[in-house]
Amino acid sequence: MSITDWFKAREERRYTKPGTAPHEVSRALDDIWIKCDECKRDVSEAELVENLRVCKYCGHHYQLTAPERIMLLSDEDSFTEIDADLQSGDPLGFVAAKTYVESLDAAREKSELPEAIITGLAAVGRHPVVLGAMDFRFIGASMGSVVGEKVTRAFELATEKRLPVVLVCASGGARMQEGMLSLMQMAKTAAAVRRHDEAGLAYVAVLTNPTYGGVTASFATLGDVLIAEPGAMIGFAGPVVIEHTIRQKLPKGFQTAESLLQHGLLDEVVQRRHLPERLGRYLDYLASPADRAAEGGAA
Amino acid sequence: MARYVMEFERPLVELEEKLAELRKLDITADSELASETEELARTIELLRVEIYEHLTPWARVQISRHPDRPRLDDYLYTLFAEVIELHGDRAFDDDEAVFTGLATLGGRRVVVLGHRKGKDTKSNVKRNFGSPHPEGYRKATRVMRLAEKFGLPVVSFLDTAGAYPGVEDEDRGQGLAIAQSLALLSGLRVPVVVVGIGEGGSGGALAIGFGDRLIMLENAYYSVITPESCASILYKDAGQAEAVAPCLRMTAEDLVELGIADELVPEPLGGAQRDPDAVFPLVRASLDRALHDLAPIDLETLVSRRYQRLRGIGHVIESSGATK
Repeated sequence: MSITDWFKAREERRYTKPGTAPHEVSRALDDIWIKCDECKRDVSEAELVENLRVCKYCGHHYQLTAPERIMLLSDEDSFTEIDADLQSGDPLGFVAAKTYVESLDAAREKSELPEAIITGLAAVGRHPVVLGAMDFRFIGASMGSVVGEKVTRAFELATEKRLPVVLVCASGGARMQEGMLSLMQMAKTAAAVRRHDEAGLAYVAVLTNPTYGGVTASFATLGDVLIAEPGAMIGFAGPVVIEHTIRQKLPKGFQTAESLLQHGLLDEVVQRRHLPERLGRYLDYLASPADRAAEGGAA
Repeated sequence: MARYVMEFERPLVELEEKLAELRKLDITADSELASETEELARTIELLRVEIYEHLTPWARVQISRHPDRPRLDDYLYTLFAEVIELHGDRAFDDDEAVFTGLATLGGRRVVVLGHRKGKDTKSNVKRNFGSPHPEGYRKATRVMRLAEKFGLPVVSFLDTAGAYPGVEDEDRGQGLAIAQSLALLSGLRVPVVVVGIGEGGSGGALAIGFGDRLIMLENAYYSVITPESCASILYKDAGQAEAVAPCLRMTAEDLVELGIADELVPEPLGGAQRDPDAVFPLVRASLDRALHDLAPIDLETLVSRRYQRLRGIGHVIESSGATK
């Protein structure tokens, strides 16, 4: 199944009742129009699906879910999920405004996912890798114990199997409902990335809209190569906090992927439709010399 | 000089002031007034114990920020026989919100890192109120490498509300600077002992804030987010900070319970600012003990234990039913 077909199938499920005739389905998608957040032009749902949720007029990249990311980046039928059974508890009994348990239940229902990241073994551009993708719908893809544990296990598995890691990051930051247990996941994931790095293995991080806080300040920016999608907002402190602190309006384009590229904080800004090919290209170069020698190839 | 009064101790201070007024009067001739004065003094003692022996998390946050609380400089001058400051990140700046240096503690040579708040407005402006720029973390990582190269244990003091959220800080990679510090510290091949002396504000504290031992002063806090920011997000009202502070489990006692901190150093009733000299020897003894215990461990084991220590933090449910 191509990514476009997969998108289509998913959208069809979303907008039509089971048993609807195919021609009615495509009409249903054609009939749904949204106003682009960025350029305010009308785009049909069918066009968005066809274009990987990128506005065909202005190129605005809408967020993708973690399953969509996995479908987009992994070679056909290559993805095997790991640690799918890990779930968050409520270690602090957190209650403020609403309970953490309520937030978790709502997030599970909305995203149909157990947590804010999916990880697994996959092929990207025919390279075997450990692949992960975060899902912003799940409590803003915030990092609590489970996200930290899944990222850590992903890097540990990659180190053990001598595989590169490709992580698609998106996050509002650390998950405050788990208090210090969340904060410490920053150190834990950074430690796992370091071990993978010391083993001479490659890590390519793809920063997507938005990537902030404790995720930016830990595994997301520790890649050998850092790439981002156009227009993605990336930073440590959020714009509201900064504006509140300095009491000035923020400069235009501040914290966008393009601005980070200009400031030397990224390697490249890559259009979504080029990502699979581009990742494959990077992985062609980033094999550890030891592994390359073991394969006996000079490529 | 007017005394700095924290919100929660205001009722006590008001009574103390009233008592002081009464004591100025000539009460020898008025037995009723004399007994009233005595009564008030007793009430004050009871209230003092009640307030200070049952400090709420929010009260502790206020104590951790008290302007007279001992700061990094106080520890540098009292605990160490010699201190040589090291300056600059070798690239862009010397961030005064982060101290780095060589120091001698009870005959042991170490590297000292720490957030550095000022004592008054002038020194606080210079030190950006202890909120580091990326260069502060880059200076710290430079000096950590130096510590590793020369086999000097690292002692790190935490006291920051957080990394500075400024426009230029973002443009110069605040997040990246913290991430690189975390990665380096996680595998640094020397003993690392951390002491929470005041505020432990989120990633900006964590960047130099974990290692082989974490010692927390009784009224120091360490949190994923400040209670004010947490309240702003959850209630759109920073004024709810007092209400969310207990939820975050950010006190020294909480951290020991959660298995994140190893040790709590008791403070005098009401906080370290009441009697700093009572605190220094206790911190010094804890540091001595930690460095002494860690010194004989071979570096492989040390680094692998540090990894396992981090590895063990978190609460995860696997569908097999196992909770860790």
